[in-house]
Amino acid sequence: MIGLSHYLVVAAILFAISIAGMFLNRKNMLVLLMCIELMLLAVNLNFIAFSHYMDDMAGQIFVFFILTVAAAEAAIGLAILVVLFRSRRTINVQELNGLKG
Amino acid sequence: MNFDMSAFAIASPEVFLLAALCTVLLMDLWVAKGAPLITYLATQLALWATALLVLGKSFNSEGAFITGLGGMYIVDGLGDILKISILLISSLTFAYSRKYLREQNMWRGEFFVLGMAAILGMMIMISGYNLLVLYLGLELLALSMYALVAMQRDNSNASEAAMKYFVLGAIASGLLLYGISMLYGMSGSLNIIDLKAYFQAQAGLHTNILFLFSMTFIVAGIAFKFGAVPFHMWVPDVYQGAPTAVTLFLGSAPKIAAFALLIRLLADGLGAGQSSWSQMLMLLGLLSIVMGNLMAIAQTSLKRMFAYSTIAHMGFVLLGVLVGTEDGYSAAMFYTIIYALMSAGGFAVLILLGNRMSDPDNLDCLRGLNDRHPWYAFIMLLIFFSMAGIPPTAGFYAKLSVIKVVMGEGYLLVALTMVVMSVVGAFYYLRAIKLMYFDEPEESTPIVAEVDFQVLFSFNGLLMVILGVFPGVLMGICSIAVSTSNL
Repeated sequence: MIGLSHYLVVAAILFAISIAGMFLNRKNMLVLLMCIELMLLAVNLNFIAFSHYMDDMAGQIFVFFILTVAAAEAAIGLAILVVLFRSRRTINVQELNGLKG
Repeated sequence: MNFDMSAFAIASPEVFLLAALCTVLLMDLWVAKGAPLITYLATQLALWATALLVLGKSFNSEGAFITGLGGMYIVDGLGDILKISILLISSLTFAYSRKYLREQNMWRGEFFVLGMAAILGMMIMISGYNLLVLYLGLELLALSMYALVAMQRDNSNASEAAMKYFVLGAIASGLLLYGISMLYGMSGSLNIIDLKAYFQAQAGLHTNILFLFSMTFIVAGIAFKFGAVPFHMWVPDVYQGAPTAVTLFLGSAPKIAAFALLIRLLADGLGAGQSSWSQMLMLLGLLSIVMGNLMAIAQTSLKRMFAYSTIAHMGFVLLGVLVGTEDGYSAAMFYTIIYALMSAGGFAVLILLGNRMSDPDNLDCLRGLNDRHPWYAFIMLLIFFSMAGIPPTAGFYAKLSVIKVVMGEGYLLVALTMVVMSVVGAFYYLRAIKLMYFDEPEESTPIVAEVDFQVLFSFNGLLMVILGVFPGVLMGICSIAVSTSNL
């Protein structure tokens, strides 16, 4: 029988994968954006699992809002990426080093 | 299910600001085409009208807090004062920005529309009494800010800053959300008032692993928004890369909103776990004060120096909150408001010294300011004195009240570190003052600014002295505000 804890463990693993992906990835900016999406999806899984287990709708409503915000966030993120590519001709994470001091 | 539109009356300032935002956006498209001055004036009018609405409502509430919209929204003295200061400080920053936007070919209506969206987000963050509402306010602020930082599309540094800000901001929201989902799983509710009741009834919170786990994520998320060490990596890069007008806005009002988020989530919702989160805040605060002040010494870019000094100032705010008493909260609130004013004045000087040809960022641009224009140099002196915490300026009183509260609760070593690091911090502020007064000017182009800029800049500097000599007024307002909220 699959219980609440199984869902929570899957969500925690997904969350850990997304964090590891952000720090290990040194090449492509798009992978970073995907990791951010994965992070939000892990949180969504948590909310759905709790919501179903407690029979409370608030968690599922929260998920709808997170999905909407994630879409807006991806739109802005990709827009910034396009602007960055136009001026730099690269989306390599390691070459984002114009600002330091 | 009944749905009564009059329930929205509790959020009337926010509803008004949203309506004004849409109107200004449409006006910018049709009426003000090619003349953003109309958009600018309409924005200022909307901000002042919203501030008056908040003020009018706070007189009706008679010193008590009221919740509405199913307990999701709260109006209290704390929120009203923070909202009014956000609206007035944003109005000040928009007035400063006008000169910069004109000179750098950014004089378009979008700046003001995005700025108003960010202000709406901040107001929702202040009044949100439900985890979902707080999250939505936070995202509205953050998304508008990402777009503002990237507004100068042909500037590769600004795009890089926007990308870094976006990625780290999204990670912060993710961490915060993960913590929120755990809190929801434990308490079964998203309303802060229910969370508070649930955790107050729990025994042995400081050994409850699940609670500590979720709280760690929440503290990390909030620390990212504050820019506290070790979550500060984005602050210097974003401050330096963003256009100065955006840095000015980003560095002032959002700090007040971050303070509100800290109070609503930790002090109010998780107030029962104060003994646990105060240790985390102490570590974050001390690291921020030490790292911020030490790193600021090594900077040659004025914007980067202000960024590290922001980190140090935010350390003071966190340390004021950690004691968990009403005195501590009001001292931290006073500090945040004073900081937002100082920071606005500090970035305004960069706008003042710029012209069509140059967008100054280096410390050298301050050289010989006294020879070029003694009055501006004097105003800047007052602002630097206030940042360094030299009496009789407001910054001194703000630091003093936080240190007094921290000492009163017996954190002697923390208070000692704060004092020592303030002395270290004074070094780089005094170096900037030395550049203004004792060095030869590098350029002799006259400093031109419009009358409203001159008046506001002078007022901003003199306010530092007025609030330093008579701190009781604002301090009294802050302590009344904290005592009437539901802490």
